[in-house]
Amino acid sequence: MRALHRKLLRDLGRLKGQALAIAVVVAGGVMTLILSVTMLGALTHAQQRFYASHHFAEVFVDVKRAPLGLVERLQNIPGVNLIEARVGAPVRLAVADFDDPVRGQMVSIPDGRQPTLNRLHLVAGHLPTVGREEQVVVSDAFAEAHGLTPGDSVEAIINGRRTPLTLSGIALSPEFLYQAGPTDLVPDYRRYAILWMNQQALADAYGMNGAFNQLSLTLQSGADRDSVIDALDLALSRYGGTGARTRHDQQSHRFLEEELKGQRAQARILPTIFLLVSAFLLNVVMTRIIRTQREQIAILKAFGYRDSELARHYAGLALLIVLLGWALGVGLGAWTARWMADLYAEYFRFPEMRFPIPHWALALSLLLAGLSALTGSWRAVWQAVSAPPAEAMRPPAPQRFHRTWLERSPLRHALGNSGRIVLRHLARQPAKMALSVTGIALSAGLLIMGAWQIEALDRMLDRQYRDIMRMDIELTFGDPAPTRAVGELRHLPGVLAVEPWRRVPATLINGHRRYRTGLLGLEAVPRLRQIVDEAGNPQPLPPEGLVLTRYLGQRLGVGVGDSVEVAIMEGHRRRLSLPVAALVEEPIGVGAYLRRDRLNHLMREGPAISGAWLLVDDNRRDDLIDELHDLPVVAGIGLMDEAENGVRRYLDETLLVFAIVFVILAGSIAFGVIYNNARITFAERARELATLLILGYTRAEVSRILLGEIALLGGLAIIPGWAIGIGFCTLLSEAFSNDLFRIPLAFSPRIFGLSAAGVVSASALVGLLMLRRLWRLDQVAVLKAPE
Amino acid sequence: MDQTVDIVLETRALTRTYRMGEVDIQALRGVDLALHRGELIVMLGASGSGKSTLLNILGGLDRATSGTVCYRDHDLTHASQRQLTAYRRQHVGFVFQFYNLISSLTARENVAIVTDISRDPLSPESALSMVGLQDRLDHFPSQLSGGEQQRVAIARAIAKRPSLLLCDEPTGALDFRTGIRVLEVIEALNRDTDTTMAIITHNAVIGDMADRVVHLRDGCVDGVTVPAHRRRARELQW
Repeated sequence: MRALHRKLLRDLGRLKGQALAIAVVVAGGVMTLILSVTMLGALTHAQQRFYASHHFAEVFVDVKRAPLGLVERLQNIPGVNLIEARVGAPVRLAVADFDDPVRGQMVSIPDGRQPTLNRLHLVAGHLPTVGREEQVVVSDAFAEAHGLTPGDSVEAIINGRRTPLTLSGIALSPEFLYQAGPTDLVPDYRRYAILWMNQQALADAYGMNGAFNQLSLTLQSGADRDSVIDALDLALSRYGGTGARTRHDQQSHRFLEEELKGQRAQARILPTIFLLVSAFLLNVVMTRIIRTQREQIAILKAFGYRDSELARHYAGLALLIVLLGWALGVGLGAWTARWMADLYAEYFRFPEMRFPIPHWALALSLLLAGLSALTGSWRAVWQAVSAPPAEAMRPPAPQRFHRTWLERSPLRHALGNSGRIVLRHLARQPAKMALSVTGIALSAGLLIMGAWQIEALDRMLDRQYRDIMRMDIELTFGDPAPTRAVGELRHLPGVLAVEPWRRVPATLINGHRRYRTGLLGLEAVPRLRQIVDEAGNPQPLPPEGLVLTRYLGQRLGVGVGDSVEVAIMEGHRRRLSLPVAALVEEPIGVGAYLRRDRLNHLMREGPAISGAWLLVDDNRRDDLIDELHDLPVVAGIGLMDEAENGVRRYLDETLLVFAIVFVILAGSIAFGVIYNNARITFAERARELATLLILGYTRAEVSRILLGEIALLGGLAIIPGWAIGIGFCTLLSEAFSNDLFRIPLAFSPRIFGLSAAGVVSASALVGLLMLRRLWRLDQVAVLKAPE
Repeated sequence: MDQTVDIVLETRALTRTYRMGEVDIQALRGVDLALHRGELIVMLGASGSGKSTLLNILGGLDRATSGTVCYRDHDLTHASQRQLTAYRRQHVGFVFQFYNLISSLTARENVAIVTDISRDPLSPESALSMVGLQDRLDHFPSQLSGGEQQRVAIARAIAKRPSLLLCDEPTGALDFRTGIRVLEVIEALNRDTDTTMAIITHNAVIGDMADRVVHLRDGCVDGVTVPAHRRRARELQW
């Protein structure tokens, strides 16, 4: 090995603290990139494979009831490729040793064989045997949650009758990758199940002989999807069709797409921020490291080393540091990806998910990290190398100092000698100071971003489950019921309050923008499901017009006072134009609200309701649930605290984990920047500090100069750091906005406090390390050595 | 002057002005000088006489503001940085007052850093044994005394077999005994090789071991003398 290479390695060894600090930043960028890209690749790949191998349908239609003979006619619609009709129905289940209500979805499959579309992936057991009407295949997550195996039984409440069912198999389906109940945001596998049953048996149970109520189809390649949908809607409207949906409006697909969208945003934003910060840090640190090697560079040049050889040498140093960070980042990325994989396997039920790190991601991250090293160190290297050697060997001319404005201010008496030295030093090189402050501010900004994520998620859930959703139980009826059901519910044990609601599936349309959701009819002054303003105060519903979630308003491009077209998908299918009366901030979900009496009026129906919310006495909850089980009108019982726990757990396990990793990374970056700064300051000033010691200053007095500079830089960085942090959060909040949730862009004083505390404690830690150095400083040796 | 001597390096009307902080310094004001092959020349001058500036220009570390410098038949006056680098790489060895060893490299590696880029160098081991450090090959600078460090620096300078060895106050940071030991090494090398050696110093006694002494004052050559009795390095005393 050439001596120059050996010097490179030894230099690296000497700089290990500083090098490691930079490497950690690079590792943060590489880790987030590798992690996001790997997750994204794994999810996309698994999705595509499963969709293709199990023939996931492209268009879905629900109807009230249509004759099977119709299917042949629909097959002839131009553009339709494969089409399959089936029966589907919501169901309530009872599982031994589990008291909470369980909701389910029954789906028919052709007797004794796989369906053509949305085929099942059997994990255990077999499909129901022909003629065995009690056999069902159950979704694997539900089976797993309850420890069910083929041969076990569950009880279903079909049309109010308890019907025993036997599990013939356990399966996954491309249609139910994400198995959340119809009104849930996240899956609750103990309380929600998918059951597949032979067509004949299910049709018998629900009185659907010779008929179907669900249709799935695929399109011929090149088919015009919209015209197929129009033709389907036309043909099915008299059978109570609720409008054909594409995959985009299919719940499981939609959730997965939103997740992928989030991952994509993450793959772009986080690594960019980290790599930019690391390029910046490299710039600051390399500039200063190289300055301390000014003389060595001059000597090497005196020996006849060429500029290019030296440039390569120092660029090599930067590259080695970055390479170390890259390797660390790849390792961490692979490790966290594996760990995230288990998490995702929990929420997205794929038959197999593989997590190879894409080679291009390795290459890309290496390229980006290398680029950040080179852009970061290029200027410093070149400046050092291109200086004539004689100039570099002369001691640098005494640097120019000026009195700073502070010293002319009345504050001058408070400054003291050490204060003056600190101020003049910083003021002499304002650009250098600005760089240092920017570096610390960037890390303070990252801290804001991490802290904001943690707090904003909590705030979001509090808003949703404390201010908006105040009910304990949500009851969904099988069919719209008359309002007198409210009176009956009120008399059940433990019920403190009842509030009815009406929900009608509808598509909101503004020009070419459309969004499929439901119109939710509420009481004039809803109490159990409130409409709140930005401050969280409950608002009455306006007598006329719609209230939209602001996110929905933006999606549709409508504001207060505009009209939006509403295509109702139930009963008399009508299109009407309704004014937007208000937009509300709701962090979770997307909704359109109006007064229930208005909705009943629009539906040309009496005072009908689709369900009710209950406020319940906790002590009597179990009794109440038992009673509710026996009400035939109730198709689903949702427990809000379980739903809230589910959402909290989901966010805790996904976003929050990220946020915590983030805070740790941000903290280590803050430390890295401040440490590097202080180390270099120390190296640059060792002679001066030693001189002061020899002149009779105590170490405590001298330490004030060193600590003063650390404290001043940190202090100056805090407020710009907040501003940078708000910028980062805005970027992230926009990237993560989706149908599921929007992280509110609100900041509490705690977040700013945490960011400041991060900078202060990193500074304090660095200060301690520097004090240790100062105490060990051998002043005589320092003065003896050449400048 | 003897017309048969082989002139290695020659300067004419050399001047050098540079800015230091906020002041202009005229370091050289017209220097005419010739270095002969194989001679040991001592340039004497007080601090500020311009001797370091002259050494830097002779060594191709710096360029003159006006005048000419020629190494054999190469004109260094207008040489590019690249050509100056090649000149230093092939022909010049430097010894500095503060040794300027690279602290992260051992004695052997400090020499290797030069032999790595030379055409026909001595091995680092033999260069170090020429200065009597064959037993200190793997010591780091911090483990060596000042005199030892300066000998490593000399070994580093001669390892490339330079035609010109330039020493800037080689004993300036050393005590008397160690200084003499270093001068003995330089003397022996001058005797055994035909390297031209220039020592700049403010210590007039060192002039007694030279073939010629150039007196510098205020950026000019104030006179050239030939010592009446050339003395051995170990006979010097200050």
